[in-house]
Amino acid sequence: MAANFNEHSDISAADLTRLSQEAKAEATPSSARIIWDEFKADKPAMVALVIVVGFILFVMIASLFIDTSKVMQTNIMNYFSAPGADGLLLGADSAGRSIAQQLIVGSRNSIGIALGLTVISSTFGICWGLISGYFNGYIDWGMQRVYDFMMMLPMTMMIIVLVTIIKNYNAVTLTLIFSIFYWEGTSRLIRSRTLAESEKDYVAASKTSGTSNFKIIFREIMPNISSLIIVDTTLSFAENIGVETGLSYLGFGLPIQTPSLGTMISNANDPNNITQYWWTWLPAALEIIILCLSISYIGQVIRRAADASQRQGAED
Amino acid sequence: MWKTILRRILIMIPEVIILSILVFLLAKAMPGDPFTGSINPKADPAQIKHLMKINGLYDPWYQQYWNWVVHLFHGNLGNSYQYQEPVTRLIGGRATNTLWLALLTMILTYALALPMGVFAGRHEGKLPDTVIRVYTYVTYCIPFFVILVIGIWIFGYVLGWFPTTGSITSGTTGWLRTIGSRFYHILLPAVLGALFGTVNIVQYLRSEVIDAKRSDYVRTARAKGVPSKDIYRHHIFRNSLLPIAAFAGYSITGLLNGSIFTETVFSYPGMGLLFVNSISYRDYTVITALVLIYGILNLLGTLLSDIILSVVDPRIRIE
Repeated sequence: MAANFNEHSDISAADLTRLSQEAKAEATPSSARIIWDEFKADKPAMVALVIVVGFILFVMIASLFIDTSKVMQTNIMNYFSAPGADGLLLGADSAGRSIAQQLIVGSRNSIGIALGLTVISSTFGICWGLISGYFNGYIDWGMQRVYDFMMMLPMTMMIIVLVTIIKNYNAVTLTLIFSIFYWEGTSRLIRSRTLAESEKDYVAASKTSGTSNFKIIFREIMPNISSLIIVDTTLSFAENIGVETGLSYLGFGLPIQTPSLGTMISNANDPNNITQYWWTWLPAALEIIILCLSISYIGQVIRRAADASQRQGAED
Repeated sequence: MWKTILRRILIMIPEVIILSILVFLLAKAMPGDPFTGSINPKADPAQIKHLMKINGLYDPWYQQYWNWVVHLFHGNLGNSYQYQEPVTRLIGGRATNTLWLALLTMILTYALALPMGVFAGRHEGKLPDTVIRVYTYVTYCIPFFVILVIGIWIFGYVLGWFPTTGSITSGTTGWLRTIGSRFYHILLPAVLGALFGTVNIVQYLRSEVIDAKRSDYVRTARAKGVPSKDIYRHHIFRNSLLPIAAFAGYSITGLLNGSIFTETVFSYPGMGLLFVNSISYRDYTVITALVLIYGILNLLGTLLSDIILSVVDPRIRIE
């Protein structure tokens, strides 16, 4: 192609490279690039990113070296060992189980469930919102009624009832149960944006030229609201960490024998533990706070990157 | 106006019916029965069977559902198997506790959020705005139950300022002392709930104030020479008051959901704690009644908010 170009144009090769460089410099940067610039411009955001990515990696790798079946084994010799004593970095709980090991395995479980929940509920919510917003009329009306009904359900109670009904549940079933109730926020947001987007000319043009609805929804509208989707997914990830840990705290999340950040915090339900043996629950509580704040902050930064008027990085 | 309200109520009816069927079936599907183990462990299985039979637990589900609905309309929600007491009376006592806690939380939330929202909007982009933004961000992100646990740890146990369980100090006499003791017991959970529940109101009010600052009526008021303080208090604030009031209805959902956690952490005998306890006792009648009550309250909250909003903004009425 280059040879062909040289033959038929009178622009010199030097000019061509100069022009294409200029074009490259002036072109709108890719969204990944914009987000990265935003992180570079905002120091706390960088810290949050390092914390979240580093911590998730650490937990995933470290839990490979921990014998999961041994973590929850009772070891009466270490009954309420203080942090640092008996070679236990963060001490031990009433059954002499190492808090540090529980924290690592528990974080892996909690983060894993939150990730799974985010993927399932966001995917469902996005599809629901897109379809409901794109097809006006009866489809939207019907879907809205289902949405209203789901909003009416007392979520926490329903989850607890379902968890008690299903006998041998594990992390996967638990994630699915949570997913039934946590798609509404996303769907509502996506629906309102899709409603606005469907009014636009490019959708009308596509319809006139006979593009299938499926294609318009997923190949044209969805990419156009992708920044909203990314922001919403990040923020719901932070929220979902609270969902699983909260239910596990009440005793209706992961089974007692499976460590989770929530079950660790429920150590605080015992008046003795909460003051005297603070190390049994406080690290897990602090970890949740730091994780949620960091992930939401990352979400805020991405939101800023998606909105050109609020960007702090890369002046253009 | 009335048409909108009527239509909203008509839509509610099938929702409540579906909810009641769903709740009833879920409670039936729960494992175990209320009698095994709760009586004498040596009890004769035949006797348990007999008890199940006279309580109608062997009838087909639609028969049981129908009986339940008929009783429901007579104001009879059945007897709690665990507490051996009519469910209506049991829940009635707990509901007032939950109600007081929710009411105080809501009052404190508004008392905190209204000035903050106006203040942040007034000083848009300046230091107070930034501080309030960081505060709402932090309170929004942290899961509520973690805050409750840390709150009860610091203020209840370490500092010892507040009671950590119950709704009243036992042995309290005299109505003034009773009220005082009750108030003292709900103060910490209510303050925590309020501190961490302001985000929606603050953000909404802030953007309303920022919009209003640039509107014509504010400019006119300024031109007339109305003092800045009065503009914010009488012109801008009053205009955003009704939509803010509409938040009260929506926040019922949040308060009810939160009540399960708040009451568990503070061992506060309200409906949320009753629910958690009933689950472990498999007390179906109480569970179904509570889920139904929470669902209907959610619905009424949304209805209330929608009505307020449709009064404020006529565009919503035309769907």
